[in-house]
Amino acid sequence: MGNLLSLTTFIPLLGAAILALFLRGDDPAAQRNAKWFALAVTGATFLVSLFILAQFNPADTGFQMVEEREWLLGLQYKLGVDGISILFVMLTTFLMPLVIAACWDVNTRVKEYMIAFMILETLMLGVFMALDLVLFYLFFEAGLIPMFLIIGIWGGANRIYASFKFFLYTFLGSVLMLVAMVAMFNDAGTTDIPTLMTHTFGSENFSLLGVQIIGGAQTLMWIAFFASFAVKMPMWPVHTWLPDAHVQAPTAGSVVLAAILLKMGGYGFLRFSLPMFPVGSEVMGPLVLWLSAIAIVYTSLVALVQQDMKKLIAYSSVAHMGYVTMGIFAVNQQGIDGAIFQMISHGFISGALFLCVGVIYDRMHTREIDAYGGLVNRMPAYALIFMFFTMANVGLPGTSGFIGEFLTLMGIFQVNTWVAMIATSGVILSAAYALWLYRRVVMGDLIKESLKTIQDMTTRERAIFAPLVVMTLLLGVYPALVLDIIGPSVTALVGQYDIATAAYEAANQVASN
Amino acid sequence: MISADIQTILPEILLSIYAMVALIGAVYTVKDGAAGLLTWMTAGFFVLMAVWIGINGDGTSTAFGGMFVDDGFARFSKIIILISAAIVLLMSEGYMVQRGLLRFEYPLLVALSVVGMMVMVSAGDLMALYMGLELQSLSLYVVASLRRDSVKSTEAGLKYFVLGALSSGLLLYGASLTYGFAGTTLFSGIIEALSHEVSLGLLFGLVFVIAGLAFKVSAAPFHMWTPDVYEGSPTPVTAFFATAPKVAAMAMFARVVHDAFGGVVGDWQQIVAFLSVVSMFLGAIAAIGQRDIKRLMAYSSIAHMGFALMGLAAGTAFGVQAMLIYMAIYVTMNLGTFALILSMEKDGRPVTDIQALQSYSKREPLMALVMLVMMFSLAGVPPLLGFFGKFYVLRAAYDAGLGWLAVAGVIASVIGAFYYLRIVYYVYFGEGQDGTDGAISPILWLAAVAGAVIVGLAWLPGVNMFGIEPIAAAAAATLVN
Repeated sequence: MGNLLSLTTFIPLLGAAILALFLRGDDPAAQRNAKWFALAVTGATFLVSLFILAQFNPADTGFQMVEEREWLLGLQYKLGVDGISILFVMLTTFLMPLVIAACWDVNTRVKEYMIAFMILETLMLGVFMALDLVLFYLFFEAGLIPMFLIIGIWGGANRIYASFKFFLYTFLGSVLMLVAMVAMFNDAGTTDIPTLMTHTFGSENFSLLGVQIIGGAQTLMWIAFFASFAVKMPMWPVHTWLPDAHVQAPTAGSVVLAAILLKMGGYGFLRFSLPMFPVGSEVMGPLVLWLSAIAIVYTSLVALVQQDMKKLIAYSSVAHMGYVTMGIFAVNQQGIDGAIFQMISHGFISGALFLCVGVIYDRMHTREIDAYGGLVNRMPAYALIFMFFTMANVGLPGTSGFIGEFLTLMGIFQVNTWVAMIATSGVILSAAYALWLYRRVVMGDLIKESLKTIQDMTTRERAIFAPLVVMTLLLGVYPALVLDIIGPSVTALVGQYDIATAAYEAANQVASN
Repeated sequence: MISADIQTILPEILLSIYAMVALIGAVYTVKDGAAGLLTWMTAGFFVLMAVWIGINGDGTSTAFGGMFVDDGFARFSKIIILISAAIVLLMSEGYMVQRGLLRFEYPLLVALSVVGMMVMVSAGDLMALYMGLELQSLSLYVVASLRRDSVKSTEAGLKYFVLGALSSGLLLYGASLTYGFAGTTLFSGIIEALSHEVSLGLLFGLVFVIAGLAFKVSAAPFHMWTPDVYEGSPTPVTAFFATAPKVAAMAMFARVVHDAFGGVVGDWQQIVAFLSVVSMFLGAIAAIGQRDIKRLMAYSSIAHMGFALMGLAAGTAFGVQAMLIYMAIYVTMNLGTFALILSMEKDGRPVTDIQALQSYSKREPLMALVMLVMMFSLAGVPPLLGFFGKFYVLRAAYDAGLGWLAVAGVIASVIGAFYYLRIVYYVYFGEGQDGTDGAISPILWLAAVAGAVIVGLAWLPGVNMFGIEPIAAAAAATLVN
């Protein structure tokens, strides 16, 4: 099994090609075939990816199962996983069958819809496995195309605006990263990520257009990468594309966006910003911490006043991503462990919340909170599930949401007490908006005429939620499942970072004496 | 001696003889009745020449005392020119026949302009360069106004002629200054003169020559003719303008700045960088307001020329290599896109309004996909080929210390992405009345699908853009040393 990673990555693409070439017609039978086929393909991908997990050795902090091939321009086609990336791979393969199952009720251009999701899965897996800068960029950017189409073709009423905003916003962020990649290629003479992680980029101060750049080239490159990942993440104040995209995207699109695509930003910080530009991270880190703290409080407050359920959850996502960036740029074991944990857990929880919205949207075709109320009377199972994920979103102990928030807060407390204090208030605010949403939608008397005939969840819908509930609980009570895998790699990352920044500070001491 | 010279220039001579014999033959016999046959024959002849140049060429040889240079760079450019011209001819036949435009002069004028282009890229002397340029331009002026009964087409031809004459004048003025101060029109002599002393007069000459060349590649701020000529000319002619002459003009640009002025890179680098950045932004911004797909493609080509010039501005062998690869990719994308534009019609009349593409994806799913691939590739979104072209030139520019140009370029490409996305929007999201009908002809179908497959897949590891990279590197190495 020398090319297990390539196999996993390209099974969905192969599936998409088969679907595109061999499935004809648009009648209900063909549509059903397309859905079943896509489900089978993504399911098979998940099963194959289990082999990756089985072969993975957590104690080894280097890249494992590496594949390498020559490519254009001295670039390489190189894939591999380490402790940081493997769980994102697993998250992707785990969620995709659920995503496919969640679009069972779609009946416009079903074949194309399935193809778009399968291509998207290949691209997302590629992002997490790529070990070549340009290959990474390729997967990272290419994901925009299917997502643009998913929002634009199958989205809501204002989908055109949302899809253009989504595309142009993220494209603008990424092209600056491309220039930085060219600069890195020029500096290090290679685009091999493992080599670049050990390469020391220049950190001598210089002035550019009269501005003194502390940390030199590293800071500039860090900023260029930050522009891309901060938009993707998204961080305040460049988060505004996300609520629009989420609201307009179809349910399955929202799930992919929240659960997986956002994680690319966090993954990028861990893969590039910290190990390759430690000095840049050290210089710019405090800024990120404060941006994160603002994001947590500000977007939580914004979430409180939303009338649209999806928008509310989207803002809640931005707030939760604030914990992630905060944990990452605390750069200690707890912070980064917590950040990765939070991303994985948020993948399950936010995905589930968007599915919850999808369940009632499919029935009532509105996302207005005011259109609902008292659903518990007719939909007890739904009320339970929604309750569970609301609590997980708030970070109730026992659910995975708690572990992530707690670890990141612990990490940040050691670095910056003020930021930790402000961020902790976000925990209360998240309880406020999440519980209030739950109260308005589910609790109370069922007085709205239109809701009197609403049906509880079908077996298919319950089946989609079951694995998510299991994972959220499992990680909540036994976080070692994740932490044991990521721990050694994170320790290595933090150790390497500390050495690099210590060297930089020692050099500064010498310079100032 | 003479036979060796003729040996070097044989492809050009054969092509000229073919064009003249065919012209006279057709005039005295069946006239337009032979047009279809001549189109195919000319295209075949082009391909034959391309293969011949590809197989026979090795090393560098000069003819006529250095006025004509046959080197790897020239051969690379000639092959692209010949093949793209052949493809355009084949694509245009159906369109021209249907609209009664296919006269026997059309393929022969194209052949003559191709001869001009081949002389341009091989020129080793300002006079030879000018000869090639004029032969190419005069033929193009005529084909631009091929549709004689259309006001727009005539206007396009006239505009092209007047502005082209102006640019030729600038070029000649620059050439005469150069001659006056260097004492020779041979590139080898100019570079020799520059190595002794860089006089102000020579630099003036350089500036005027570059201004003239910028006209030909339609780089801003010398781009004004492009949108009108693109819009007014019959669509197949527009497709031709967008491909082969652009390659020839860029190659000639590279030839002049490196072969003749290679000693003063610093002096022309800033001019070329300026042209590049202005073209990229102008192309990106001005295209946003366009509703006509041909005008839109005109601005798109201005932006793309800006990117190609970015490679040239690097002033290195890698920069030239990047430029060559960029042009090859650009031509591929444009041929595919124009195959689709040629197929756009309603009730037998050509349609160029982009709003006509609404609901196109429902009627022609495969062609809509091709359009999607082309548009994202033109926008430079990975993993499509257009991205790799941009990556090459960005790298060349950055390596040459033009980091600011690279940053400006990527920002312009984001602005430009908007209008490409808008076409995708019409094709896939639009729900209005379908503005086109009719099926796409087999040749256009083949060109579009082949273009999309190349653009979509040629970057794969193992395919590696069909090995064009080392060939372009070798070609660039013969020019820059």
